[in-house]
Amino acid sequence: MSAPPFALLVEEHWRDVARLARALAGPLDGDDVAQQAWAQALAAYPPAGGLRDPRAWLLVVTSRCATDVHRARARRPVPVEEVPEAPLEGADPADGELAGADPALWAAVRALPERQRTALALRYVADADHATVASALGTTPGATRRLVSDALAALRRELAVHEAAPEGAGDAGGRDEQQEGTGRGRRS
Amino acid sequence: MDDAAETTTASGAAGGDEAAAARLRAAAGQGLRRPALPTSADAGADVGFSVQETAIGRVLLADGPGGALVASAFAPDDAAVERLLRRLAQKVSPRVVEAPGRTAPVAAQLEEYLAGERRTFDVAVDLALATPFQRAVLEQLAGVGYGARTTYGALARDLGRAGASRAVGAALGANPVCVVLPCHRVVAGSGALTGYAGGLDAKRRLLALEGAG
Repeated sequence: MSAPPFALLVEEHWRDVARLARALAGPLDGDDVAQQAWAQALAAYPPAGGLRDPRAWLLVVTSRCATDVHRARARRPVPVEEVPEAPLEGADPADGELAGADPALWAAVRALPERQRTALALRYVADADHATVASALGTTPGATRRLVSDALAALRRELAVHEAAPEGAGDAGGRDEQQEGTGRGRRS
Repeated sequence: MDDAAETTTASGAAGGDEAAAARLRAAAGQGLRRPALPTSADAGADVGFSVQETAIGRVLLADGPGGALVASAFAPDDAAVERLLRRLAQKVSPRVVEAPGRTAPVAAQLEEYLAGERRTFDVAVDLALATPFQRAVLEQLAGVGYGARTTYGALARDLGRAGASRAVGAALGANPVCVVLPCHRVVAGSGALTGYAGGLDAKRRLLALEGAG
């Protein structure tokens, strides 16, 4: 009944973890989050509570890791005396390049409240059951059902906004239209 | 299933929502990259292994938590690799990670040895995968130098268990650190080459290499 070799977990689940990390942290930071999640999982392996479902355990570790990274970013002091070279708000142009064809989607996902994004990604990107989503968010399966359906609705709203005025659409539209598009969909 | 029911309801009520989720799933899955894991024992990778193609077949090398070689074992296919990894997880630590950097020194020595450019291995060995009896037998191999041969019966006598040549043969057959601990230098009393974990061809080749075949 001993824990399986960690290398076999990596082999079996690295794609699921990578996909979830991307959905949670975006195409730019996703690989970093996945890497950190694996390092944390290794250090904690095998988990004290046993390992009935290795995949679910890895998904929970990954989602917590994404949350930690997100919080660390939010806490990082912004040097107000320096004038930033690029606008802080709005889409990172590199995001669009990495994301390939779908910058509007990533902008919409970024706009979701964090718990909604986590619930949505676990449920729909990683196919986790509600018990796993609940354990990742420290809440009940009932509450996660609500979070997921709110997230789906919010994602559709955000998508409608970002697609109506795609970020980085360049000179395709008129000047007014483009400026509205950088408003990050907070209008509705 | 509860979840399935919910999904059906959700898509029935708002198909557009589901489509957005599917789009996220597709976008998140593009160009996935394999993670680079920590490989040092300090970072929790107690066992670092690699699989090497050598002149005598595919070999799995594993470096243990103390920096000593815990496995040098023939692994002709993926199933054999998996069996070895499971054994390492059970007997040494489940924190087993692929770490070619940690096994590179012994891999290089193995290559030199197989090219006839090296006679002894300069590597610490940890017999964590062996039972106490297997350990006692394998430790006797230190006295059987490059190009020499001995027999199962002689090793049994050296251990003070003259009648145990079969048990000695079984212990050698379970050698977790092949080549580095030279069980290939042990043959039957008749001089015949008997079993070898890497196959009789490999044993013949090793003895020929050492000029003892």
